[in-house]
This record gives sequence, structure tokens and C-alpha cells, in this order.
Amino acid sequence: MNLLISNGRVVDPSQNLDRAADVLIEDGLVAKIGPGLKAPKGVATIDAAGCIVIPGLVDLHTHLREPGQEHKETIRTGTEAAVAGGYTSVCAMANTTPPNDERPVTEMIVAEAQRNGVCRVYPIGAVSKGLAGLELSEMADLRGAGCVAFSDDGKPVTNSKLMRAALEYARMLGAPVIAHEEDAFLAEGAVMHEGYYSTLLGMKGAPAAGEEILTSRDIHLVELTGGRLHVAHLSTVGAIEAVRRAKSRGLAVTCEATPHHIALTDEAVQSFSTDLKMNPPLRSEAHRRALLEAIKDGTIDVIATDHAPHHPDEKRVEFDLAPFGVIGLETAFAVCHEVLVKSKTIKLAQLVDLMSTRPARTFNLPGGTLKPGSAGDVAVIDLDGATEFASFRSRSHNSPWRGRTLGTRVVATVVGGVVRFDGRPSPAVEGKSRPQAARARGARR
Amino acid sequence: MRSQATALRSKDLLGIEPLSPEEISLILDTAEGFREVSERPIKKVPTLRGQLVINLFMEASTRTRVSFEIAEKRLSADTLSFSASGSSVEKGETLIDTAQNLMAMQPDMIVIRHRHPGSPKMLADLLPASIINAGDGAHEHPTQALLDAFTIREKFGRLAGVNVSIIGDIAHSRVVRSNIHLLTKMKANVTLAAPPTLMPAEIEKMGVRVVHSLDEALEGADVVMMLRIQLERQSKTTFPSLREYFNTFGLTPERLRRANDGAIVMHPGPMNRGVEISSDVADGPYSVILEQVTNGVAVRMAVLYLLAGGHLQES
Repeated sequence: MNLLISNGRVVDPSQNLDRAADVLIEDGLVAKIGPGLKAPKGVATIDAAGCIVIPGLVDLHTHLREPGQEHKETIRTGTEAAVAGGYTSVCAMANTTPPNDERPVTEMIVAEAQRNGVCRVYPIGAVSKGLAGLELSEMADLRGAGCVAFSDDGKPVTNSKLMRAALEYARMLGAPVIAHEEDAFLAEGAVMHEGYYSTLLGMKGAPAAGEEILTSRDIHLVELTGGRLHVAHLSTVGAIEAVRRAKSRGLAVTCEATPHHIALTDEAVQSFSTDLKMNPPLRSEAHRRALLEAIKDGTIDVIATDHAPHHPDEKRVEFDLAPFGVIGLETAFAVCHEVLVKSKTIKLAQLVDLMSTRPARTFNLPGGTLKPGSAGDVAVIDLDGATEFASFRSRSHNSPWRGRTLGTRVVATVVGGVVRFDGRPSPAVEGKSRPQAARARGARR
Repeated sequence: MRSQATALRSKDLLGIEPLSPEEISLILDTAEGFREVSERPIKKVPTLRGQLVINLFMEASTRTRVSFEIAEKRLSADTLSFSASGSSVEKGETLIDTAQNLMAMQPDMIVIRHRHPGSPKMLADLLPASIINAGDGAHEHPTQALLDAFTIREKFGRLAGVNVSIIGDIAHSRVVRSNIHLLTKMKANVTLAAPPTLMPAEIEKMGVRVVHSLDEALEGADVVMMLRIQLERQSKTTFPSLREYFNTFGLTPERLRRANDGAIVMHPGPMNRGVEISSDVADGPYSVILEQVTNGVAVRMAVLYLLAGGHLQES
């Protein structure tokens, strides 16, 4: 629970900090930041020379698949993937089996995360019972058990009356509703973005208009209800415009974009690789450029992974038949650093803001900052390093970047002052050996 | 127009899109030579003797399957055809498993028809056998486009500059996609006509003219290619009724008068008489529909021969 991270470049947008400094964590909390800090007796040190030291990444959109789909991912493997990618907190989506629509499911997730998770796990409760879109789940009970937000993610809430009720009810609970925005009729049977490439490939496409229609509807419902809306995985020009307008009118609307929508377009689907099939689908270059603009101007609050593991057997089928979703926790920072920072679209501090500070603030979670007194959640990343994504800690490997080597390397991930991922070549921490990544599994928080 | 290529670059024929104009000409020129085989009293050459060709038809087909089988037999290949019904596919076997099991029996070529786009490519990436796409969803149907081109070339002596109008269910048609690739590569002029509900997004980027009027499409056309209304794929939101479809886009002898003198009418089949084409046209003097079918055998013989490593022989 006590740890000194020395000699790094501390980048913390929450306090406008970008300078060489040491970070001392005591009792799981950040105690001090400053130059030349000394490790108290018996406190281990991570030498972060040449690395950035940032508040641990926070993912607002993770599918951990447990309970019920443990062949795809478990809370243990999913959180191991998270810390390998520099994440210290993940929000677990509700579409498990059974879905997280009742207190016992939430309690099970919280308990399993305590027992076997290696980072913080915040459950997201279902908006509707059974994700069926018909009646509200017991949202207050779910909130009491630890849910931080509500979503039927994977499915849009097609019934406007139910969405209105969800926004109103969640407002009373001080929690946002996360919306997967898609007009179910327009997207019927679709497996990719509707455009030139769906025409070329003869595949059924989902038009951008479908996302824009539901995003606009929900913004109008925010106006009606005073509720809090968080738009998941924004991917189209029109949806971005709608959110931008809503923000300019002061409505309580936030949104996220995924690394894959920022980095890739539907052109890539010509390979028919099922690791490029997700929902919303990869859009055209014009939509991707609009996302980059929206990241620059601050319309996009958060980068979230939509980490969606699927077993290789499920993905090794015809494109039409494969399930939607790609994993993202391990690659997210590397991909975003390459596409956003190396390209000089945004500065490093802004990336940290998008992946840590603002996500934490958006759902009102601990972390996202290294201010003294806050959670000792830290990622140490070597920007000059490289990571070969030959294999994954996630139980699934449905990544568009499988087999690729990307710049940046996570050197260590610290959750509550405990090293949960150690990417250093050999145990080099003073005092005693630190758990290697594989051994970190058994570690307790 | 003689081809410059003497062999195909790929082991597979997955579509027209990856082919060069020279490869297309090579296939068409090779087919010329094979057409004569079908006119002999003994319609067989020993070219593919000892080679095993499996026809994997996971979706209904009459014309294409029979045509491939005849082409294979005329080349003396050992052939075996099977369809999804009555096979392990009905027991839930995946396409990859089916294909790997077939591969274990060491075929030299697999001809595949499948309802999902990209499935021939899946097999081609995985198996050493030559894969021939006999239609994958609404993606490609390369041998159909080749036989259409063969038929057009036969009638007009060329493809470049020929005005081809393709009319009907563009959205669901693999035939149209392969034809657009082929005809634009060979410098023909392509016009598409359909109600907007049957016209897929941004298809004009493929280098074609898009209109929504049959008369406009027929004006100045040398080739009128009618596409089948795929009744099984229509929802009630694509057009109001078959009656209205026929009244707006159905080809009749009167409307065909707008086409150029000497225009030909084609249809990849199967036809819905009275829906996209009247019987007067289908059976009329301009129709080359049955010649297309005849030419299909020669074109498929050429494809099989070239993929087996054959070269164009100057005779």
C-alpha cells in the first residue's frame, strides 16, 4: 500500500501538472508529489526514469462477461487485461448472463472483483429488466449495491417512454444513463456501416442516420427530464453535432469515443476480418475525421474501450455470423497515443485527460487524479517503448491490432498503492521482489 | 482484342475486383477455345484428368451448379457436388470445419456458393486448393460476369464503349457488382436503374451512372441486362407491389424500343416473368438469355483450366 514512484515525468491534467517529480503513495493514497522524495524505510520504489507517470486510466465501457460468459472473459482476466493496458478502474457493462438487473448480480460482481479482480471494478446496472426494454429494473437497489450508472448497452432503448422514465429515475439516484444510440429498424440485419464499402462488399449496412436519430431523441429527453445522459461510443458526424449543440445549450450530456472508431474506418472491412466487426460499426473516413475534430474541441469527454471479448470459436465464422465487438483494454493507450498524440492532433496531457481524469469525473469515480489524498492509482508508461500484441491477457483475442507492434509500453500499473501489473524486464524494485504480471493474479488489494 | 496475360496470378477466383483487364481478356479468350469442345460429338477433353473438384453449394442454385458440373466433366475432372441440406451443415458444423474436412480429401479445387459475403475468401486464406467463388451473398459472382462479358463481346466484337444498362434489384445482386467491376475495367459504359429503395449507398463511386427511370436507362443502350427481383429477400418496404414494380421497371417490347438498334437483352436467371421482364421480351428476338447459359459452360471451363495452371494456347 506504500510505494514511491521516482524519477518520472508526472502528467496530471487534474492539477495542470507536467514535470519531473516523484509520487509517494501511503496507505493506498497519494501522499506527496514533488522532486527528490525519499522512500520511507521499507517502502518499495519504482524507477520511472524516462517514463510518464499518470493517474491510472479509467474505462467507462468494459464488458467483463462475468457472470455467465466466462468462456469469453472473467472478472479476473478482464481486470488483468485492464492493468496490462494501464487501467486502474473499469466500469462493467450490464449485459452479462444473467444481466446485471438485480442486486444479487451486482453483489456477485462486486464480491468477485474484491476476490479476484486486480483493478477497481464499478458495475453498471441494467436500465430495464432482462435488458428487454420493457420495464425499469430496480435501479435504486442496484445503485445501493454499487452500480455507478445504468445502461442496456448492446441494445438501444427503443421505447421512448421507457428512456424518459430511466432518465428521470436515474436523476433521483444521481447516476447517468449510458445510451447505445441506434435506431433498431434502420439497423436491422446490419453488419457494418452503410456506405461505399458495404455496397462494394454486398453486406447490409447501418446508416449513420440511425445513430443520429436516437442520439437526438435522447437529448430531447434530457431536456424534458433534467436527467444525465452519457452517449456511448459516438461514431457519426450527426451524433457529434447533436451532442455539441446539447452541450452549448448547457444540457447534462457527456459522450465517449472508442479507440477503434478513432483509428479505423470501414475501408478495412474489405479484409472480411471479424475482428473489425463491432457495433456501432467502423464508419467512413469523414466520420472518423469528425471524431478527431470533436476530440480536439472537447466535445468528446472520454475515450472508452467498449472492450468486448468474444471467444475465437465465435469469431472464426463468416463475417455476417460473427458477434459484434472487439477487445481494447490492452491496446487503447498505445492506439490513441499513436493516432492522437504522435499525429499532433492533441497533446499528451489531453490524452490523459480523456482516458483518466474526465472519465473519473464523468461518473464521479475515485481516481483520475494524483492530488494528495486521492486514490493511489497510477500508470507508468514508456512512450519510447513498444508493445507487440502477439497475445493478450484477456481471455479473448478479437483485436484489430492482434499481431501488431505499437509504440508505448506500460511499465507498471499501480492500484491503491499496489503494483498490479509489472512490465519491467526483471524484478528491480528495491527491498523485495515485486509480483510479476502472472503472479499479480493472486495478490490482494 | 487479344489478351497479353498468359496465366492468372492468383490460385483462386474470388471475384472480378482483384482481376486485371489482361486477366479478364485471358479468361474470355481461353473460353473462345473451349466453346468449340461443347459442339463436338464427343464433348470431352482430358485437360483436368485426375483432378478432383468439389462443388460446395450452400445456397440454392440450378444454372450455376449444373454449368460448373458440366464444365468440370467436359474437362475430365472428377467432380462431387453437395449442398447444405443433407450435409453436416444442418448439424451445425461451421463452414471452416466443413471446408477443412473436405480439404482432408485432397481436392484440387473447390467451387463455393454461399449466402454470406467473404466466405470464399475465408476458404482461400485457409486451404491450399483453388477456390472459385460461385456467388457469395450480394458480394460477387465472377463467372456470371465473365459469361455476360463473353456474350456481349460475341455480339459487339468488343466491350470498350458498349453501353450497358443494368436494371432491377441492384441492392441484393452479386451479379451486378461483378458486372460493374468487369465492365468498368474493360471500359464499357454502365448505367444502373432501379427504384432508390433497391439502389445501394454510394454505388456511383464504382464508376457507373445511376438513374431511377427505366426509359432513361434504355435510351441509347446496347445491352439491357435485367436483374431478378429477389422475392425472397424483399421486405415490404422496398416497393409497394409486384404490379407497381412491373409498371415502372418491367421490360416490355414497347419500352425496349428506346434502346439502340441491335440492342440485346440479357438476364442472369432465374427470371420472374411478368415481374421484371415480360415473356415477349424474354423469348423475343433480342433476347440472348439462353446463349448466356451456353456460354457459361465455356467460360467456366476456361476458369477451371487456367486455375489448374493452364495457359492460353495460340491455335
